[in-house]
Amino acid sequence: MASGEMIVKGGFIIDPTRKIDGDVGDVAIKDGKIVDKVSSSAKVIDAKGKIVMAGAVDVHSHVAGPKVNAGRLMRPEDKFISGVFRSGMAQKNGYRMESGFSIPSVFKTGYDYARMGYTFVMEAAMPPLLAPHTHEEIHDTPIIDEAALPVFANNWFVMEYLRKGEVENTASYIAWLLKATKGYGVKLVNPGGTAAWAWGLNCLSLNDPVPYFEITPAEIIKGLIEANEYLGLPHSVHLHQNNLGNPGNYPDTIAALKIAEGFKARNKFGREQVMHSTHLQFHSYGGEGWKDFCSKAKEVMDYVNKQKNITIDLGCVTLDETTTMTADGPFEHHLHSLNHLKWTNVDVEMETAAGIVPYIYDKNVTPNAVQWATGLELALFAKDMNRTFITTDHPNAGPFTRYPRVIKWLMSKKAREATIATMKNSDKMIGLTNIHTMDRELTLFEIAQMTRSGPAKCLGLGNVYGGLAPGMNADVGIFDLNYKNLPSDAEKIETAFQRAACFIKGGEVIVRDGEVVSHGHKKTVWVKVKMPENPQVTRDVSQAFTQGTYTVDIRNYPVREYLAPHQSVIDVNVEA
Amino acid sequence: MPKLIKGVGCPYCGSSCDDIEVLVSDDETKILEVHNACIIGTNLFHHANDPTRPRLPRRRQPDGSMKEIPYDEAIDYMAKTMLAAKKPLVYGFGSTNCEGMSAVARIAEKSGAVLDNCATICHGPSFLAIFDNGYPSCTLGEAKNRADVVVFWGCNPMHAHPRHTSRYSIFPRGYFTQKGQMQRTVLCVDPRETDTAKLADHHLMLDQGHDYELFDAFRTVLRGFEIPDVVAGIPKETIKKSVEIMKNAKFCMIFFGMGCTHTDGRNHNIDAAISLTRDLNTHTKASIMAMRGHYNIAGPGQVWAWQFGFPYCIDLSKGTHAHMNPGETSSVDLAMRDEVDCFVNVGADAGAHFPIQPVQHLKKHPFITVDPNFNMASEISDLHIPVRIAGVDEPGVVYRMDNVPIQFRAVIKGLPGVPSDEELFNKVYERMCELTKTEPIWLAAKEDRRYPESEAVI
Repeated sequence: MASGEMIVKGGFIIDPTRKIDGDVGDVAIKDGKIVDKVSSSAKVIDAKGKIVMAGAVDVHSHVAGPKVNAGRLMRPEDKFISGVFRSGMAQKNGYRMESGFSIPSVFKTGYDYARMGYTFVMEAAMPPLLAPHTHEEIHDTPIIDEAALPVFANNWFVMEYLRKGEVENTASYIAWLLKATKGYGVKLVNPGGTAAWAWGLNCLSLNDPVPYFEITPAEIIKGLIEANEYLGLPHSVHLHQNNLGNPGNYPDTIAALKIAEGFKARNKFGREQVMHSTHLQFHSYGGEGWKDFCSKAKEVMDYVNKQKNITIDLGCVTLDETTTMTADGPFEHHLHSLNHLKWTNVDVEMETAAGIVPYIYDKNVTPNAVQWATGLELALFAKDMNRTFITTDHPNAGPFTRYPRVIKWLMSKKAREATIATMKNSDKMIGLTNIHTMDRELTLFEIAQMTRSGPAKCLGLGNVYGGLAPGMNADVGIFDLNYKNLPSDAEKIETAFQRAACFIKGGEVIVRDGEVVSHGHKKTVWVKVKMPENPQVTRDVSQAFTQGTYTVDIRNYPVREYLAPHQSVIDVNVEA
Repeated sequence: MPKLIKGVGCPYCGSSCDDIEVLVSDDETKILEVHNACIIGTNLFHHANDPTRPRLPRRRQPDGSMKEIPYDEAIDYMAKTMLAAKKPLVYGFGSTNCEGMSAVARIAEKSGAVLDNCATICHGPSFLAIFDNGYPSCTLGEAKNRADVVVFWGCNPMHAHPRHTSRYSIFPRGYFTQKGQMQRTVLCVDPRETDTAKLADHHLMLDQGHDYELFDAFRTVLRGFEIPDVVAGIPKETIKKSVEIMKNAKFCMIFFGMGCTHTDGRNHNIDAAISLTRDLNTHTKASIMAMRGHYNIAGPGQVWAWQFGFPYCIDLSKGTHAHMNPGETSSVDLAMRDEVDCFVNVGADAGAHFPIQPVQHLKKHPFITVDPNFNMASEISDLHIPVRIAGVDEPGVVYRMDNVPIQFRAVIKGLPGVPSDEELFNKVYERMCELTKTEPIWLAAKEDRRYPESEAVI
């Protein structure tokens, strides 16, 4: 946290938390926080003619942990993609070496997020047994604040408790595991399906029973929402749905979203949703096969728009060669059988699984082009941008370094049409999607909602991230765009968001003219629940270790303090 | 009053057992008893008591003798030597913690070195196959809880991983395998009748060096095609029966070792093994796992993959980007071509494990060993720097053969004045920064480095 005073002067301020849209003004900073005013001796940063936004917040990105690293390890070719991504600018200044494109090294991950003005990134899936690995990587990632969501929906304890309808025990177990893994919230990946994958099976619909556990995905989702709200965690359940990526999956998607009906958010962190449905693009398809594979973004968003207790992120396909990785083990096996590229799988005892397959989103392959359109359509159909967030499910639909390109597409119909024009089967794609008929162009204010205020609020972090109100963290991005006179060439929008003119984090200048100039002070954020001891859960957990269902010792399971430096712990008190 | 410490990790093989109990003296300086560990693990702990353990760096003198020098002098020598070299080679890391591996990467980057680990002479071919074909694997608990068919191919855990069969693969009673060994069918593919082969229900004694043909025959049969009457010395009927066993398994687990990676075919053997596993997954559930040798040899592959994107053979000498090309940037090949002009051997023994010509070439240039003990490499070194033993008197994270991170603890106090690998490399890095008049980059690493006893779990 840098001491001293600083003032960002004369920029066009865009801050949805205070409904400020392009007013020229100053942002005053003192001791790492935003303040009302500073003395005349404050260091001046000139933002004249540029836009000023809060540091961005990524709600869902696979940036640290075992499957990310298995992807790095198995794909040396990812390091050979040439161009600006091969070696970064920062390295020239004597910073750590950078490598990788779709799955960048930890150093490149931190630097590239900072260059785009991001301040907080949520690692989207942490296998609890392998949590020390995730924290080791977070530890080595510079600049950005990070948290990680442990996966729960295929966990034996959770399935066992929920089968018996024991929400309180589930909640106690969640509290214990968040503490043991220094995790942030409750992630669900293909509920039940990943557990079935341990026997080579899957749960494609919400009512497929999980082998042995005799519980259905719908019951797991409902039970975890109840447990999450029982605890009053800062974030809601974070759901990767069943039946990902398959033609005609949108009715299952809507059915899963409907489970949230009737629940109300119960927490002290300003969060309003009870379910965050992630990378919705992969779940919004119609058709019976790959031939009539089409976008159902409208149908899905019609439901989301009227259902106020749901938030979503897009998972936009960026038309790149990338690396898919998910705790949805059966899906990756299925994908591998489609593209026949190399396949890595990691089943984790009692908890979860993961798969990794490289994938090339080819704009000339019609289903890929349809996926591209679907992701963008979700945003263009959305009515409440504070509940709709920009992601690429990094690296699944594309690397996070393409966020500026997604912003370009969302802000410019011309840019979308230019991309469509390069597609071999553009006519076919247009017939299967809505994108060609959509004229909507998002505003900078809406982009700020989707990347700043919205995700921060959804994570229960709206009091520190995502806005420029006094008292919030002094995380400020300055981008070279003139609010009054936006460039007619949309490429300039992408360039501006790719490399911030200036990025301040915690009151310290991190990026200047697109180059990293400081390693800043990163934080690891996690949630600590204080609640009365639950003897049954204590006994069940210790038995799993003593009776040897786990192969490690319980003493070596919790992540040790030193692995997570600069902890920012969010306390949650649950009364007896 | 001696203290019994439970849940201790063992610093020997890739099984990384963490159920060891160690009885230590009241002042925490002596190891009195070791329970649960295999004979090798037990002795590794007792080694730490050895009064002749080196406590100071030793520098070779003009007359060939070794003389003890202070740590500062050793750190200065190491920093200067590595900076002066055009292409230093840093090799080893099978037997140290991930904190040390992370720290050494900083000095390797600073000095433009090549970073390599023991996989280069061990499971390197497995990495090559993984680059080509992926790695459908699981944690060892999955094998324990579910596997009803276990295949050991070119490995002999009864000797190399003594507690592997009792903790994970043959004998233990897992959640869905309550009958333990009775419920498991064990296949062993090995040209010798090893002690593991003796335990197996079916031993396929193939002709030495013909693993690829046999993997191929398994795949051919699995895909419903005919094979010759005899393949790799194994009759067709035996192959068909074995494939039938694997195909009808609920969960088929394949373990492979050096018998595949270092016989004819090398990475192609593993490639075929991975393809077989993948094929089996269209019928049932199957997983494959490399029997990694040392307790943390999976560690450098992980740490350097997240730092540079490559698990081994990482050439950082270009300055702008990391480059990996095994055969070009692998330790033995670099040394054979006499391309490196400084050698740093860490937590491994290149003197004992490299072929003689590479060692002769390496010996022409400054040769530094960082290791808690005397070994072949330390005795031919120009400088030997002793460090603490990760897992005995130094805690840290290690990666088991299934890439599960296990947080090892220290059971006794380290020798006074002897640093850990991490502390040593950090000091070398600081010295390098002084010499080059540059600012060190610590990220979060150097702050808040304490190793508290793990708090109560529940």
